[in-house]
Amino acid sequence: MTRRLLPSGESALLVECDGLDEVLALHDALAPERRPGVIELVPAARTLLVVVDPAVLPLESLATWLRRIRVDDAPATDAAAFGEAVVPVVYDGDDLDETAALLHVSPEELVARHLAASWRVAFGGFAPGFGYLVSDDWSFEVPRLGAPRARVPAGAVALAGAFAGVYPRQSPGGWRLIGRTDAVLWDAGRPEPAVLAPGRRVRFERVRG
Amino acid sequence: MTRALVVESPGALALVEDLGRPGFAHLGVTGSGALDRGAARLANRLVGNRDGDAIVEVLVGGFRARFTGGDCWFAVAGAWGPVVLDGRTVAPYTAVRAPDGGVLELGPAVRGLRYSLAVRGGIDEAPVLGSRSRDTLSGIGPEPLAPGRVLAIGAEPEASVPLIDQEAAFAPPDGAVTLALRPGPRADWFTDAAGATFFEASWRLSEQADRIGARLVGPTLERRDAGELASEATVPGSVQVAGDGRPTILLADRPVTGGYPVIAIVALSSLDAVAQLRPGQELRFRHA
Repeated sequence: MTRRLLPSGESALLVECDGLDEVLALHDALAPERRPGVIELVPAARTLLVVVDPAVLPLESLATWLRRIRVDDAPATDAAAFGEAVVPVVYDGDDLDETAALLHVSPEELVARHLAASWRVAFGGFAPGFGYLVSDDWSFEVPRLGAPRARVPAGAVALAGAFAGVYPRQSPGGWRLIGRTDAVLWDAGRPEPAVLAPGRRVRFERVRG
Repeated sequence: MTRALVVESPGALALVEDLGRPGFAHLGVTGSGALDRGAARLANRLVGNRDGDAIVEVLVGGFRARFTGGDCWFAVAGAWGPVVLDGRTVAPYTAVRAPDGGVLELGPAVRGLRYSLAVRGGIDEAPVLGSRSRDTLSGIGPEPLAPGRVLAIGAEPEASVPLIDQEAAFAPPDGAVTLALRPGPRADWFTDAAGATFFEASWRLSEQADRIGARLVGPTLERRDAGELASEATVPGSVQVAGDGRPTILLADRPVTGGYPVIAIVALSSLDAVAQLRPGQELRFRHA
């Protein structure tokens, strides 16, 4: 496991990891221990940005902490630290049949696998409240749409690459739509505005539309 | 009657901003906040506000608004241009008392690009995620100002309006601006020649410059290899180089993550100056 610390200005360090698994493990190690002076902890596909108030936590101390912190090889699977969200889904997405055909499975099989997998939010970044969901139980690689949709409705449940996701608000998007949820995944008025926050465990539950 | 600022004309773009919305980047919400943070702080201090009180960020000028509900101190910092109260020019970078019903106009900026208008008590819009800043990328925070918009003014702060003997005026420069840069996380993705060119060249601000990012005009910067970068989180001032070799300085309303390598990062001491650059203005880079 290698961790490279890259410069990112006067109040942040960018940690580059070998891959997403290591990012998740590092995030699991850093997030519960919210050190004074840490302002942002932003995971991405291969990196984790740590933004600090250098008056409270100088970059040198941050670097030492990031180099020394022990990271479990197997990220914690219990939901205790980050909580679990259950998202009710009606599986009637416009792209469900075509996506299943691309993956050489039946639509029912694709839905069953989506329901059976235990997901976790790996990172966000596309839009407020959007989470990139990964699962060890999910082996599909889903090609994006050739041309993105100009308008994907809020609550659309979608797949792209190795990820699952749910559009929290109406937006453009190139992911393949397999269903929809009426769960409100983003509300800036709530104390915890995003349901799909990094680290959170997620299960999908089938409901009839 | 509560005091308010009633917008008659917003000009090109007038937004409510404070010092931003840190702590939510992992949820996809960028920091946002006043683009010229120093100007926002200064305007607030001139009227005895706290640094983080909300101001009105006025792009270029053409802004007109009426004070209602009582007298109100205000101060304008940032861009340098005509500040007119009830038809009379008043000093910028100075606390001025507007009478009830007074009309304030900000004319076309002569230097710089963004005025910070502070009113004593602060603009009292409802905060979203702890901030009154308008995030133009995600559409979070107070709506852009439109004619007829009534902005509530907060309660008088405890601090009095400070007495300042000397003018605390720092008009933005109108010539070439030199920005201090720190190394970026992906500086090693670029050829040595590109690294040298970056610091030796004269750059200009393009017309494509807003609160999200400021695209620069100048030579192209060559990469060592054309590998794809997995999207990663950026900080304000990150100089990202797109596939065509052209740099963009990412600013307060940038997306949380970006998929282009960041060659350098504008030092905090230089970042406010980017907010005041005008399209076509020359800029150069030096090592911080």
